[in-house]
Amino acid sequence: MRYVIATALAVAMAAAPAHAKVLRYSTNADLLGLDPAINNEGPTNAMKTNLYEGLIYRNFDLSLSPGLATEWSQVSPEVWRFKLRQGVKFHDGTPLTAADVVFSLGRYKADQSDMKSYVATVKEVKIVDPSTIDFVTSGPDPILPQQLPLFYIMSKVWSEKNNTTQVVRGTSAPTFINFNANGTGPFKLVERVADNRTVVEPNKDWWGKPDHNLTRAEFRPIANAATRVAALLSGEIDLMYPVPAQDVQRINSTPGAKVLTGAELRTIFFGFDQERSELLDMKGTGKNPFKDKRVREAFYKAIDIQSIQRVVMRGSSRPTGSMVAPGIAGFSEEVDKRPAYNPDEAKKLLADAGYPNGFPVTLDCPNDRYDNDEAICQAVVPMLTRIGVQIKLNAQTRSKHFDKIGLKENYNTSFYMLGWTPGTFDAHNMLVNIVTLKEKDSGIFNSGRYTNPKVEQLTKQAETEMDLKKRNDLMVEAQKIHKDDYGHIPLHQQTLAWGVRDTVDGSVKPRPSNDVDLRQIKMK
Amino acid sequence: MFAYIVRRALQSILVMAAVAFVAFALFQYMGDPINQMVAQDASAAEREALRRTLGLDRPFYVQFLVFLKNLMTGNFGFSFRIGTPVAQIIAERLPATLELVLVAALFALFIGVPAGVYTGLHRHGAMSRFMLTVSLIGVSLPTFLIGILLILIFAVLLGWLPSFGRGQTVQLGFWSTGFLTASGLKALILPSITLGLFQTTLIMRLVRSEMLEVLRSDYIKFARARGLTNRAINFGHALKNTLVPVITIAGLQIGGLIAFAIITETVFQWPGMGFLFITAIQFVDVPVMSSYLVLVALFFVLINLVVDLLYFAVDPRLRVERSVSAH
Amino acid sequence: MAIWRNFTDLVRRFLASDVYYSFKRSPTVVVAFALTMLFMVSAAFAPWIVPHNTYEVATLNLMDAFLPPAWVQGGKLTYLLGTDDQGRDVFSTIILGARVSLLVGFASVALALTMGVALGLIAGYVGGVTDSVIMRVADVKLSFPAILIVLLIDGVARGILPRDVHDKAAVYVIVLAIGLSTWIQYARTVRGLTLVEKNKEYVQAARVIGLHPMLIMFRHVLPNVMGPVLVIGTLGLGIAVLTESTLSFLGVGVPPTEPSLGTLIRIGNNFLFSGEWWMAIFPGLFLVILVLSVNLLGDWLRDALNPKLR
Repeated sequence: MRYVIATALAVAMAAAPAHAKVLRYSTNADLLGLDPAINNEGPTNAMKTNLYEGLIYRNFDLSLSPGLATEWSQVSPEVWRFKLRQGVKFHDGTPLTAADVVFSLGRYKADQSDMKSYVATVKEVKIVDPSTIDFVTSGPDPILPQQLPLFYIMSKVWSEKNNTTQVVRGTSAPTFINFNANGTGPFKLVERVADNRTVVEPNKDWWGKPDHNLTRAEFRPIANAATRVAALLSGEIDLMYPVPAQDVQRINSTPGAKVLTGAELRTIFFGFDQERSELLDMKGTGKNPFKDKRVREAFYKAIDIQSIQRVVMRGSSRPTGSMVAPGIAGFSEEVDKRPAYNPDEAKKLLADAGYPNGFPVTLDCPNDRYDNDEAICQAVVPMLTRIGVQIKLNAQTRSKHFDKIGLKENYNTSFYMLGWTPGTFDAHNMLVNIVTLKEKDSGIFNSGRYTNPKVEQLTKQAETEMDLKKRNDLMVEAQKIHKDDYGHIPLHQQTLAWGVRDTVDGSVKPRPSNDVDLRQIKMK
Repeated sequence: MFAYIVRRALQSILVMAAVAFVAFALFQYMGDPINQMVAQDASAAEREALRRTLGLDRPFYVQFLVFLKNLMTGNFGFSFRIGTPVAQIIAERLPATLELVLVAALFALFIGVPAGVYTGLHRHGAMSRFMLTVSLIGVSLPTFLIGILLILIFAVLLGWLPSFGRGQTVQLGFWSTGFLTASGLKALILPSITLGLFQTTLIMRLVRSEMLEVLRSDYIKFARARGLTNRAINFGHALKNTLVPVITIAGLQIGGLIAFAIITETVFQWPGMGFLFITAIQFVDVPVMSSYLVLVALFFVLINLVVDLLYFAVDPRLRVERSVSAH
Repeated sequence: MAIWRNFTDLVRRFLASDVYYSFKRSPTVVVAFALTMLFMVSAAFAPWIVPHNTYEVATLNLMDAFLPPAWVQGGKLTYLLGTDDQGRDVFSTIILGARVSLLVGFASVALALTMGVALGLIAGYVGGVTDSVIMRVADVKLSFPAILIVLLIDGVARGILPRDVHDKAAVYVIVLAIGLSTWIQYARTVRGLTLVEKNKEYVQAARVIGLHPMLIMFRHVLPNVMGPVLVIGTLGLGIAVLTESTLSFLGVGVPPTEPSLGTLIRIGNNFLFSGEWWMAIFPGLFLVILVLSVNLLGDWLRDALNPKLR
């Protein structure tokens, strides 16, 4: 009898390994779903990166390294050739083949796909031999590899077996693939309960050598910021982000918890309506002051970004004059320098432009999208009031905000806040989306419809320029012109702040794209 | 009797149809779900294509008829956000909310009734005055602040109780319960106190005023005159007679608990219906929002119906002219 | 003169009444009454008595943000209760915020009361189909918890009103929403009481001499059902103020540039862990005292007006 108990105990102890390294981590919203081809959103893509792999992997420093492809090169201006890694198996044991790459591309190109932009220039994929694949692009595409880390490869056999070959948004059929995953990645999905938890465990058959030492990771979203901070302080979770700026000190002063910071790639900025002949708040006057560069300059110079950085952001931001963050291809130190804060000059500029007594305008802001978004806008209100502008604030939840300033309401805004991270880590993505006019797939979020033919021409040129140095110069040139036009008012890049417990190893650092790549997480 | 029930049931169905229409119609104005579902840089054509696929380009009344037909067949549609059938999501979330509401209701009853009896019996006592005042503080603070303060004290400073989630749950068929594990029970404490505080005060005050009324009534005076013990009078007669209105009001309050769970669940990241609803509002997840409203309305209508029938059964006077008066 | 005599007469009668007697006897109620009055007066004259008018955004300075209360180290005497994240004086925002909260509270109670009493009277007095229709509408309403109704009405208003109109109208929309979601209590109570009253002799008599039903309802029945209505109204005031604050927690309250008490608490909530407790605690304390006083008054009124409890 005693023996039986002893054995049972021994078995139980063996079942719970003495060195279980479980990471419990949290952010403010749940993953949107695990289908590789839809739900193009930061934290969701981060989880997909743990489960699935692309041909190319993006390192911590944003450089590229081999993923499911061992090497790649541009064999002709319109053809990129990839060597497929051999002997790789999906989580369910089926081997990776070139057919899986073709199949995955098909899903990415499907009508309902969210990820089309990453493979937009790929016309077709040719299987040269079982280990060689050619990507044929519709024109010369010098930066194709930059777009591919988020091109996840999934198993054709598995998809067919589970009836998920079509990309469906889950509005007419159950979406097996949003709750199940079968990739080649270093982690396997154990459990996913929407809004509650997503649990993964290491994939023992992964081809690479893991850097992490996890035995399990549990992702548990917590929407309310105060509750999320509380959960970290009480040790219920090991890692969480974002940390509200005001709570950094509190976490750092709690034994066993601390805040790690890093630079983020998103740039927060204000935009002006430069198209309507009449500002929304100036009906009947026939005037749109923002068409005058001096007015835009006045607004720019009236904003005391240093105070915002110090007080509202509590130091957790990096004031910028650039529309893209350092680390993004095409970032320029020179563009990054902000014209100095000068309210007196701002007042004079307004007077010169014919508005000595200012004019009425509404600032549209989200209140749950970016760090302290509403507080930033509130802080700007007195600054602009002091130069005479009759400014009102309209802060609302993100879905309503984006409706209002977006296509849905036909850019129903005069002055608005927006944040942008170039999905390709390349300034060209910003130029196309933010500062060129809308045509077909471009300019969707140029809500103020800033336009300058020179900027647009430079953007077009950069698209097909094969010489990366020249391409970079073109992008910087376009940004300089845009800056001199005061086309937008860049404010800052948020500082990433991760709250961690001392259970997390000191080697862990926040990634610039602000997501948790479990490959790089070590526990003590 | 039978005719009365049939009439009430028919009225209830009408009410439900109206609610369904209101629920659906209102959300025509709630913002565009498409924006939430596509990438920030999706093109206008892609947006239109998705709108067509979802049937959001059809006329208003067609969308409503489709919605109604689906409701009838138990098909609540698919969540735009999560991508699974709404019925399935609700089945997943319902246990969390119902367990929270149940514990909160029990908390309210087991604290509220004794406190009400005590304050009713000792009307001018210092202790009852103190209890009455303290209970008012509980309803004078917004729920979200109470929740955060409880978290601050019991989770962060003392470290006794978890700050979020349901803890370990056990799956019993389709029902996931937090009652069977220590962590599940611990996780219930703070949210249910936060949620139940308002109702505790309400029940306490209701029992108190009912007790005061009953104690003045003739039959209690007779009982006293007959020399019955205080104990027998207070608990055998007085309390028993206060309980009918208390139970009916408590029944109606369950609906209020379900509604206020929205705030409690947001604060405690409780994976229930209320949290589902508020997330659905943020994502403009129309099917989830409409289904939630219809479901909550159904709860209310059913509770109302039961309460009506209870009145009918308990109070013979009402069989002539039904008269409902709020407390 | 006659009016004055009438008034003094009324005062004399009130001073001699049981209600006044019971008021005088309870110090708690006297204090609650005094506090309520203080709040109302200060709210009414808020723009003239606050040390800093925080609506004048041009005077705000970020450099003054996050100052602690005057008695804490680092505090400034000009900012008695400290400043918030925008550099606004907390004391002034509280007084101005109470003004918004009380405005919302009073207006929504007035709306609900008027609507509920009128409909309740008609339903109870007229009966029949009218009664059924009104009570069924009430049931539909009752099928939605108040907070949901408010969320819905506000959502619709944001959808159909032009933006600049909605900004100005935000307070009224919330008043309308809270009013529309709470009238039912009054209606049900008044209906129940009217059912009882209408069989009493005085109503029968009035009917016999041929008075118009409207006249009977509003001249004769109404005064006799107003007691409980006043009690519900007083308690409703507290609930309306709280509902408004909950709405602002859910992000659909009044605009943050002219915050209510609830909005102040919501904002302060974010700074509880970081040690800037004064931003949430002072408005919270103020709200508790306000609602508490109003509720104590309501309680006392309920007991004082209930002849059975004397």
